Amino acid sequence: MYNDAIAPPLPMTLRPATTERRWVRWALIGVAVLFLLIFLLMPLVIVFFEAFSRGAGYFLESITEKDALAAIRLTLIVAAISVPANLVFGVAAAWAIAKFEFKGKSFLITLIDLPFSVSPVTSGLIYVLIFGAQGWLGPTLQEHGIQIIFAVPGIVLATIFVTFPFVARELIPIMQEQGTRDEEAALSLGASGWRTFFRVTLPNIKWALLYGVLLCNARAMGEFGAVSVVSGKIRGQTNTMPLHVEILYNEYLGVAAFAVASLLALLAMITLAAKTGLEWRYADEIAAQRKH
Amino acid sequence: MASGTTWTFRKPSIIPGFGLAFGFTLTYLSLIVLIPLAALVLMTASLGWPEFWRIASDPRTLAALRLSFGASLAAAGINAVFGLIVAWVLVRYDFPGRRLLDAFVDLPFALPTAVAGIALTALYAPNGWIGSLLAPLGIKVAYTPAGIVIALIFIGLPFVVRTLQPVMEEIDREVEEAAATLGASRFLTFRRIILPTLLPPLLTGFALALARAVGEYGSVIFIAGNIPFVSEIAPLLIVVRLTEFNYPAATAVATLMLLISFALLLAINLIQAWSRRRFGNV
Amino acid sequence: MEAAFADATFPTVIEPDPPAPRQWSRGVPVDVTIEHVVKAFAETPALHDVSLKIEAGELVALLGPSGSGKTTLLRVLAGLEFPTSGRVLFGGEDALGLSVQERHIGFVFQSYALFKSMKVFDNIAFGLTARPARTRPSRAKIRDRVLELLDLVQLTGLENRYPTQLSGGQRQRVALARALAIEPRILLLDEPFGALDAKVRRDLRRWLREIHEQTGHTTVFVTHDQEEAVELADRIVVLNRGKIEQIGSPDEIYDRPASPFVASFIGESSALPVRIEDGRLFLDDRPIEIGATGKDGPRTLVFRPHDVELPGARPGGIAGRIIAERRHGASRRLDVEIGMRRHRIEIDVPANHPRSNKGDRVSVLPTRWWLFDA
Repeated sequence: MYNDAIAPPLPMTLRPATTERRWVRWALIGVAVLFLLIFLLMPLVIVFFEAFSRGAGYFLESITEKDALAAIRLTLIVAAISVPANLVFGVAAAWAIAKFEFKGKSFLITLIDLPFSVSPVTSGLIYVLIFGAQGWLGPTLQEHGIQIIFAVPGIVLATIFVTFPFVARELIPIMQEQGTRDEEAALSLGASGWRTFFRVTLPNIKWALLYGVLLCNARAMGEFGAVSVVSGKIRGQTNTMPLHVEILYNEYLGVAAFAVASLLALLAMITLAAKTGLEWRYADEIAAQRKH
Repeated sequence: MASGTTWTFRKPSIIPGFGLAFGFTLTYLSLIVLIPLAALVLMTASLGWPEFWRIASDPRTLAALRLSFGASLAAAGINAVFGLIVAWVLVRYDFPGRRLLDAFVDLPFALPTAVAGIALTALYAPNGWIGSLLAPLGIKVAYTPAGIVIALIFIGLPFVVRTLQPVMEEIDREVEEAAATLGASRFLTFRRIILPTLLPPLLTGFALALARAVGEYGSVIFIAGNIPFVSEIAPLLIVVRLTEFNYPAATAVATLMLLISFALLLAINLIQAWSRRRFGNV
Repeated sequence: MEAAFADATFPTVIEPDPPAPRQWSRGVPVDVTIEHVVKAFAETPALHDVSLKIEAGELVALLGPSGSGKTTLLRVLAGLEFPTSGRVLFGGEDALGLSVQERHIGFVFQSYALFKSMKVFDNIAFGLTARPARTRPSRAKIRDRVLELLDLVQLTGLENRYPTQLSGGQRQRVALARALAIEPRILLLDEPFGALDAKVRRDLRRWLREIHEQTGHTTVFVTHDQEEAVELADRIVVLNRGKIEQIGSPDEIYDRPASPFVASFIGESSALPVRIEDGRLFLDDRPIEIGATGKDGPRTLVFRPHDVELPGARPGGIAGRIIAERRHGASRRLDVEIGMRRHRIEIDVPANHPRSNKGDRVSVLPTRWWLFDA
């Protein structure tokens, strides 16, 4: 990039061949910044603006109210189950895919990515079809008094489905790039398989792993469509935070809805900050794949 | 696994744990993803073709699909244009706050969709910050299809920007310099040299944004108004059918959308294969 | 565009070229004057007060190690870099006020920088099709010109390939044809053969010389390969750390190096720190009898490995100890360590010279040498 601060002043109209005229540059920057401000920043700002529009007291009241606390608790529980589940899966899948050569590998990767191309609503629907009262296993489950749909297990299942690929996706490219040399060295020195994994592989992938967990967690806590289909939205019992936001909003308790929403927005900002921090510091250790 | 000596499922390796890792992966994948999705497909198949066709060609289904697609195409198109500008500015120019803005592009990935939904609704409602500016002009956004497009722009932007950025970063500056030495103006260089290089990632980003937008639910339902035949998107129709306990209809619409998603996924893969063949490494 | 070119019924009427917008006519080689060009440190290696005159039609090599500023100088000529101060004249006209597009130069990049999304034909035609409609030649004329250039660079028949489908040497030739298509006033080449293997390099070198003789462009090329510069250029400009060390014909540079740097960079040489005392040359406290005279003071004695004789027991030679011996082309090379401070020199002896052992004493007398102020 041409640096105006160091380079000499150019003869009037001259500029490096790979950049645009000054006014074009500033016009494009203006358009981009304005677009991002209107479409990204303003929605974020208004969440906090609305949340505090009736003062801090009302805000605190809204987020410490009984049902709100229940929703927060449930959201944390759901994330606490689904994130570790996908973490274990992600590591296992990446180990199998990155460290071994086998037939049908790319097909397996496609299958792992599958949940990204399914509408969240459909993700919830498929569990209703299996476990719901009219579903395949519904009657049997009912006989045994097990409830999955309109209960916490259904919410966890739907959340696991929509966050399924996050960890695996971050790990597979970086583990493929790292190859098997380090592990082979450790094994040849007599380390056991598990020891090799914990002492050699895990330190190599820790930042990518953290990165994947971060994204997985943000989605798990924020998932709305899939969860709303399976939850039944019973206040105090099967309401996660996003669902609670919806209920409050539909009951014209807008400010309370924004108060709870602001907590989720805060989570998003923390996620973004942590993610950006990781990218700036460990760019090489996090797989180059930037899209999700 | 391996049968005989001529065909082996996997190459031998001294690294342990393949059986465990692969077995766990397959089991978990099957239980969580494959079997439930198969249930959807089987359920649809059990409807029979006439019934499926009746649901698929129902005017309300068609209206919902048309709206979902129309709005998603519009949003992906707008994102393609502005995403290109945003990516270009972030990659090529240095200005105060650039890195912050770059990080900020991922907000739609991190912000829960329901939060985005109520925030956008508050902004574009007739008494909202933006809505109140548009109201005197006779423009209504919230509770209309225009509102759906706004929500889908929010959801889709990072897909376009993040797909374009790495390709832009790798553009060889010498190629642009070569065009300049041959007398090409900056605009001509962009049109004839840079844009063709960016076309594959632009198409990929467009398709990714489109795929995401077609299935999007949370951010849309608050701002949409949800009036059947007018502002009812396809995912919402699934939910509506479900609350009516009309499982066959919900299933059929879901399957239709799944097929559309797969078609888009296939398109993305074809674009990428084409661009690899065409623009391989020089 | 391709369809139009493929159309056999396309009229082949040749329109007269519209008058060129600038006072000089297109394609006529011009001389280049570089006066006191300074490029302060930025992202590129700096230039310190570089002055140089290149005659019209001349083939000049900018030779130097990496970081010497040779590519910076080439890019300043092209208008891709802007000097901090100084003047650049093309045929007596100020060139610094012109943008890259206006300078009308042909530039061949080290990486070739071909347009990947275009076929070979469109790559070569680009400079012509990029002209504003007012000065753009007709399609038929462009087609003729491209085919003629393809013939010149010996790539006839490959016009419909994409750059990815060509070998390195072929890409290099497309890059050259593309630069020649605009009938440049000056042709600039940045390490034109840098990325090719040795055999292809030698072929292309000869071929470039032939093309230069046919087309007569004022040509400046950058290289770090002294063999390439010596073989190809009319004159060589040796650059080191942003300064010109010497300008001259290959013979002058080789036979009369202006500095120890030039002597070591073009051809091989050894250097010894010596001094003149009372009109006699000394290395440490031993005299060297090679007939050197001059004012008293420290000097650097430089000579080439093959410009030595072994005087045997005769006094006045440089006495040293052989530390290695190896075959070097037609002769045998000895590494010799001199004196207490263990200076290292290299000398060549005939291949049939008796084999020596490590540690053997030897006396060396340069037959051709240069003395530089230290």
